[in-house]
Amino acid sequence: MNTHNSLDVLNESIPHNTIHTIENFLIKYAYTLDDGLVKEWESFFCDDGLYFVTTFQNEEDKLPIGIIHCQGRGMMSDRITALETANIYEAHRYCHNVTKPQIEFIDSHVFKVRSNFSIYRTMENGHTDLYATGKYLDLIVFSNETPKFKERRVILDSKRVDTLMVVPI
Amino acid sequence: MSTYEASTEQSVSPAHQRISWPENVGITKVPYSIFSDKEVYEEEQEIIFKGPVWNYLCLEVEIPNPGDIRTTWVGETPIIVTRDQDGKIHAMVNRCAHKGALVCLKEHDNRKSLTCIYHAWNYDLSGKLKSIAFEKGVAGKGGMPSNFNVSDHQLQPLRVSTLYGLVFGTFSDNTCPLEEYIGPKMSVFMKRNLDRPLKVLGRHSQIIHNNWKLYAENVRDSYHATLLHTFYTAFKVNRLDMDGGILLSEQKWHHISYSKRMTHNLDQEYQSANVHSAKYTSTLAAPELIASWEEFDDGITHSIQTIFPNLVIQYTLNSLAIRHFVPRGVDKTELFWLFLGDKNDSDEQEHMRIMQSNLTGAAGLVALEDGCINSFVQRGTKTSPTTSSFVEMGGTVAESNESSRATETSVRGFWHGYRSIMGFNKPL
Repeated sequence: MNTHNSLDVLNESIPHNTIHTIENFLIKYAYTLDDGLVKEWESFFCDDGLYFVTTFQNEEDKLPIGIIHCQGRGMMSDRITALETANIYEAHRYCHNVTKPQIEFIDSHVFKVRSNFSIYRTMENGHTDLYATGKYLDLIVFSNETPKFKERRVILDSKRVDTLMVVPI
Repeated sequence: MSTYEASTEQSVSPAHQRISWPENVGITKVPYSIFSDKEVYEEEQEIIFKGPVWNYLCLEVEIPNPGDIRTTWVGETPIIVTRDQDGKIHAMVNRCAHKGALVCLKEHDNRKSLTCIYHAWNYDLSGKLKSIAFEKGVAGKGGMPSNFNVSDHQLQPLRVSTLYGLVFGTFSDNTCPLEEYIGPKMSVFMKRNLDRPLKVLGRHSQIIHNNWKLYAENVRDSYHATLLHTFYTAFKVNRLDMDGGILLSEQKWHHISYSKRMTHNLDQEYQSANVHSAKYTSTLAAPELIASWEEFDDGITHSIQTIFPNLVIQYTLNSLAIRHFVPRGVDKTELFWLFLGDKNDSDEQEHMRIMQSNLTGAAGLVALEDGCINSFVQRGTKTSPTTSSFVEMGGTVAESNESSRATETSVRGFWHGYRSIMGFNKPL
């Protein structure tokens, strides 16, 4: 049995098909954003799901305001509507690299999942830089065999964002 | 303006000779070279940031306890702010009096004293040198000369003054008292927003690839607010046709821009100008994003206040934030966001401030454009040093306007103050 603090990167206590489903889910999320399919982003979340981007510093100080805070799919779809019709920014694309997740059993339908990410950003002019690194702290809920984020908390290693953040990460 | 006489005499420097400020146009034209000239940038560090201004350092609530330490910057100069055992606040340059190494590396800390890691020179929390390692040598050999006296050395101090929980510092002996520097009109509004038990709710920063003055202009520019930032317009949070106005300080370099809650009438100017803001007609799927309450009875729903040179106090709906933009090079600025609440907020009120924090910051639905728009100006202007911008919306002078915000009056106010202190004042 996996205790709260133990490191079980092999996920030995988790059924293989569950590991497989969760890994595919995380990769699909990353590829969806990398392919610019932002309209599909909210579909990875439960209706009342949380998407919270914050910094390591805020997390450490337990501060409630980060960089993006969406409670529920309505706020997520508003953000996507805004970036498609209202917000002005230079076109860019992401390339996510996501590490193998550590999966912790909460109950038969709920898993606590942690993975690391690095995201490269390529601007319209061709300039590529390392945009963000950090960790995803997820609560994934299975409903009819389908995983969804009940929570996706994105903890940036840096307290600083270059230029702006408009497309979710 | 007597405070600035000393600096205006420096108007013969090479940078001043090179900058061709258009003559006889008052403050309505700004030469583009001012945003990319490296020598002007270096002079600003000395004449403005180390000159007769009060620089925002931090909030008192960030250093509540004896021994608390916060590092920050005045211009590009690294600064330490401390609270000593008696509760007194000090500020000093973060540079050891021995070899010049940084003394404090962390943004926040708590220490009984300050010790440079290089050679263990130890300072008290006011920056005075207390002791140095091996002062008398080791086993009778080496050591400092006999006339060495620790009390001759200290971390270079700044004068400190506080107002409504904000800590300011100045390098200059000539800076007038803080209350006078900010002035009565500006301080009344600071009091409204900040004179209460403040609570830090979150922080982050944003690198913007432009000269610091482009952000100083941008944040004073109420003309652009509803044209570039269309999220507000669409949801009627901030439209030019709402009642509002602009207040400038005596020296015109600080300002307040505010709008008020009003019955909304569709503005014909918006329709005929066919600006993209008018096209955005969707309604929020999650209106709780902008749920708010009337915290004050003056009806003001949005305000931006600047204090020269680089402080902004934001009050958007109930989202209270400090923005501090720090120069990081002639074409780079770090914009620090500090989101605040009131210790007496109910859970519901704090939740509203948290949701509203989505409106501003690096990912702000309303204002994220400011992260890139100034770099567009930087990139557009750097190869045209002798060309100038045109700043005549709402007239040619810099004065308060309490009936309209469709004006660049506070941008002109910034340049009035900037030219006065920098000495670019020939035809002003």
